[in-house]
Amino acid sequence: MVHQFQLNGCNIVVDTISGAIHAVDEVAYDIISRYQTDSREAITSWILSKYADREDVTEEDIQLCLDDVEELVRQGKLFTKDTYADIAGTLKARSGDVVKALCLHVAHTCNLNCSYCFASQGRFHGERALMSFEVGKQALDFLMDHSGSRHNLEVDFFGGEPLMNFDVVKQLVAYARSVEKERGKNFRFTLTTNGMLIDDDVIDFANREMSNVVLSLDGRKEVHDRLRVDYAGNGSYDKIVPKFQKLVQARGNAHYYMRGTFTHANPDFTKDVFHMADLGFTELSMEPVVCAPDDPAALTSEDIEIVKQEYEILAKDMLRRKKEGHPITFYHYMIDLEGGPCIYKRLSGCGSGTEYMAVTPWGDLYPCHQFVGDEAYKLGNVWDGVTNTNLREEFRACNAYARPECKDCWAKLYCSGGCAANAYHASGSIRGIYEPGCELFRKRMECAIMMKVKEAFEE
Amino acid sequence: MERIKTLNTRNLCESAKNGGCGECQTSCQSACKTSCGVANQQCEKAAK
Repeated sequence: MVHQFQLNGCNIVVDTISGAIHAVDEVAYDIISRYQTDSREAITSWILSKYADREDVTEEDIQLCLDDVEELVRQGKLFTKDTYADIAGTLKARSGDVVKALCLHVAHTCNLNCSYCFASQGRFHGERALMSFEVGKQALDFLMDHSGSRHNLEVDFFGGEPLMNFDVVKQLVAYARSVEKERGKNFRFTLTTNGMLIDDDVIDFANREMSNVVLSLDGRKEVHDRLRVDYAGNGSYDKIVPKFQKLVQARGNAHYYMRGTFTHANPDFTKDVFHMADLGFTELSMEPVVCAPDDPAALTSEDIEIVKQEYEILAKDMLRRKKEGHPITFYHYMIDLEGGPCIYKRLSGCGSGTEYMAVTPWGDLYPCHQFVGDEAYKLGNVWDGVTNTNLREEFRACNAYARPECKDCWAKLYCSGGCAANAYHASGSIRGIYEPGCELFRKRMECAIMMKVKEAFEE
Repeated sequence: MERIKTLNTRNLCESAKNGGCGECQTSCQSACKTSCGVANQQCEKAAK
């Protein structure tokens, strides 16, 4: 399977199955486009006629290029046959019931009242609640007990707003640190916060204990304050930005992300990304809103086209910034072509419902944070473990080859079959797809690959 | 190759032989929380 695309002056050929990426000139681009369907003679005559005005395109030269293509095929770097269907489920099968990551919903309540919140202002369609230390400790014990030989364990403090239960967060981290060595584990904590309660104590703690901090900011003040308001309707921008700046400045080189959501109100979201950069932040992430199609915030098909253009604008501007010595990172353009995940990881899906679960304040387990509150998706609890084993098997069966729509998609080994929750909300099934999300994902990957090509060959 | 330049990439077919340790980060457990992707993850196998 080969995907060809032209972007920002680059002709790019992606060999999906091997992961090989080729930057080619327009002649090779055309040759590759017909290599599998036409004979050498037919391709030669087509190229000679198409490039009749080009002195450098000779018959001999075309034969050399065809030989090069043939050599790449022989090396397994072009038109590689798809042989992964049989191993698509093997990593999850081999991993058994190992759990290695939990999203701890330490607070099902929030001090902001954002109308687009998928978690219904932190309540997840239920009662307001804070997780007790006892429930959180049991969750960490559950994780260690079920993590098999996995060394690295990930725990995200999530909500609602987790800092509304900061004392318990601190106690849970202290507990984990007190036992991780003897249990042969390494906890990596993440905190996702709206920033309202950040103070010096939080900054000190987060920068000491959190592997990653995710800070919610939607970009421009007028965009942010339109939706991210308190219960009196006041925007939160002026309160949180200085706190975020202080935290990031004190964080040194440790990981963080400014994480925004864009909606129908701002499909021109690159302005918000650039605004974050203007505020001094360099690690940036902006996500399309997740909501019902009839929600006023939902992206329309016209918005999707705008967003695709915006992704190109962003990629080009990031190249410029890098060249000028002040680069920014965009989460979705981070691809590691040489040290990235192995094929098993790329086939296995996101791990929700198997190696990754969300824990409610009262200790119930769900396949991921986006299913919390939907009783039909309750997996069990942190005392009894997973009791709805049929549901776990449904999630285990999700992988890059589980959906017929993905069969011929060139990007399937970059997304691994996509988000089960998005698929569920869009199609009613975790084995469905969310096509607008797929469209945007493919565009992001094209932009990310183009940037790699530019950096490798032109910078 | 005159008209074709190939980027250095991890050979996914080769990784089928020695991959699958499972130590890498869970896909959604980071900055996105809404749209899964795996290409940005680091391989954490000690010896690839």
